Amino acid sequence: MNVHEYQGKEILRKYGVATPRGVACFSVGEAVQAAEQLGGKVWVVKAQIHAGGRGKGGGVKIATSIEQVREYADAILGMTLVTHQTGPEGKLVKRLYIEEGADIKEELYVGMVVDRVTQKVVLMASSEGGMEIEQVAAETPEKIFKVAIDPVEGLQDNDARDVAVKIGIPEVGLDQAVLFLQGLYQAFWDTDCSLAEINPLIVTGDDQVLALDAKLNFDSNALFRHPEITAYRDLDEEDPAEIEASRWDLSYISLDGNIGCLVNGAGLAMATMDIIKLYGGEPANFLDVGGGATTEQVTEAFKIMLDNPKVEGILVNIFGGIMRCDVIAEGLVAAAKEVNLSVPLVVRLEGTNVKRGREILATSRINLVTAGSMADAAEKIVTATKV
Amino acid sequence: MSILINKDSRVITQGITGNTGNFHTTQCLDYAFGKDCFVAGVTPGKAGQSVEGVPVYDTVAEAKCETGANVSVIYVPPKFAAAAIDEAVDAEIDVVICITEGIPVRDMIKTRDRMNKLNSNTKLIGPNCPGVITPDEIKIGIMPGYIHKKGPIGVISRSGTLTYEVVHQLTVLGLGQSSCIGIGGDPVNGAKHLDVMQWFNDDPKTEAVIMCGEIGGSDEEDCAAWIKDNMSKPVVGFIAGITAPPGKRMGHAGAIISGGKGTAEAKIEALEDAGVHVTRSPSEMGSTMKKALA
Repeated sequence: MNVHEYQGKEILRKYGVATPRGVACFSVGEAVQAAEQLGGKVWVVKAQIHAGGRGKGGGVKIATSIEQVREYADAILGMTLVTHQTGPEGKLVKRLYIEEGADIKEELYVGMVVDRVTQKVVLMASSEGGMEIEQVAAETPEKIFKVAIDPVEGLQDNDARDVAVKIGIPEVGLDQAVLFLQGLYQAFWDTDCSLAEINPLIVTGDDQVLALDAKLNFDSNALFRHPEITAYRDLDEEDPAEIEASRWDLSYISLDGNIGCLVNGAGLAMATMDIIKLYGGEPANFLDVGGGATTEQVTEAFKIMLDNPKVEGILVNIFGGIMRCDVIAEGLVAAAKEVNLSVPLVVRLEGTNVKRGREILATSRINLVTAGSMADAAEKIVTATKV
Repeated sequence: MSILINKDSRVITQGITGNTGNFHTTQCLDYAFGKDCFVAGVTPGKAGQSVEGVPVYDTVAEAKCETGANVSVIYVPPKFAAAAIDEAVDAEIDVVICITEGIPVRDMIKTRDRMNKLNSNTKLIGPNCPGVITPDEIKIGIMPGYIHKKGPIGVISRSGTLTYEVVHQLTVLGLGQSSCIGIGGDPVNGAKHLDVMQWFNDDPKTEAVIMCGEIGGSDEEDCAAWIKDNMSKPVVGFIAGITAPPGKRMGHAGAIISGGKGTAEAKIEALEDAGVHVTRSPSEMGSTMKKALA
């Protein structure tokens, strides 16, 4: 789960991570009021969406008067912000963050992720702030410093200090930088983050470090123990189809193609998308119905796929294991009848009781095509959707 | 021969009185030598009960002491599953297979760190995996037993139904399996592709190995590097997720392309460079193995 920058900063401040002062706003009036309340001479008006690259897309503006705050807030609120992470359709800006201006001397980078190789949380830091860290990693990997953190001991003073020195934090700022990094780690650990990125981390004119941006992602498997994080969820930032799917325990992700696919199991679902592509088609989604594939779930899955106007055909690929193919076939038939399926449907069933399952499909009077192998299924659905 | 488990394994089901544990233990009892192999169940507070004739104990240590079990399988709900692994590790169980899906990553970081610091000899498979099967001997997990056939092919996979797909293709072509290992789809887990590949390389009855990987992480690349220098048997590979967009989690917690890393293309390239017979069609995993053996 993702949260907004202002929410991330709210969490981090509880752990002693220094950030500029700021106020979240939902209207131009609130933005002006926030700027007045913050005081000072410079304010930053920031679009709050769950995507990076907001500055380049025109979603972050520096205002030097209250009038400018009003002007920028008016321009940004309600705009459709397109960044390299939003896709070409962009995202509608519904929230703003008004922040006090900061005196930036240096822009650095610090991030934390769960590293699969060391099986620990790893702190990554670089003197190259403001840039995409992937780009730094590709071009100048020697400028990225990493520390794997012991889950029992936590981030040690000497490790934090060492990294701070390496990325160029001045001597007088080191003590505060150590507390900053330790606070960031504690926040990461306590709230079950899967990613934390401060980009840029700035050094101010008086040699203090501040989190100018904050991106936090959380482990969805751990949200049960963090109602305070779950409360930050902003459904406006999520794909409505994905939200609907999650209500039925379906794992769904929208893609750009025209062939809907319904599969049991994540690996097989990915493989099904791949084989559609291999036969010259484009998958419209990833959809894993899980091991059960009940009539109710399949019905909802059909509805979600058919709500996508791009879908011109559906491929069902189910490997029945514990759940028998005859039961799945009955569910498919009931679901297809209920949603009045109007696009070509290719069904590939394999596994336990497959013969009986195929018989049920064949005598169902539903307009569908059955397939033997995955290749056969992909070929048939690609042909059926080509005009 | 086989790897990890065979008809002489003695198995404890942790979480045996829950619906999932009960159902799958019953299925496993009915497979091959299951009735000899599944000797105990554990659910705290339920000692003295029995499930399908399998006695239930309060703790893994007690169950091991009473029955001599050397393997455990875990169906405990995600909140408590990491603690269940810890308990099996403390009881010095040789092989622990964790089926549970949805364990918080932080819990697994602690559990793996604990195993390392204890210098534990326990081999952990999973979590979030279908389990392990040695055909015609023993099935530990949720896979449908009947699709398997005894034979010389080792199978390693990160995903459940995709494993069934590859096993089915092999069996239809008459290619039986020595053991099939589902290593699971989580970012922090036990055995990796590399570990299982080494075990298969050392198993005299395994003549070739098929590995199914997916996007996310670099486990397949690490395994490829090892294969290049050490593997003495033919390997067939398939990587799922060539069409997966970056930044989207494809069902499994670990199946995500992030920071430009973990793409299917990079994995395929590494495997091909190591001499692995890679197929891009999930429909041709079995036939690619047949060709590799020809």
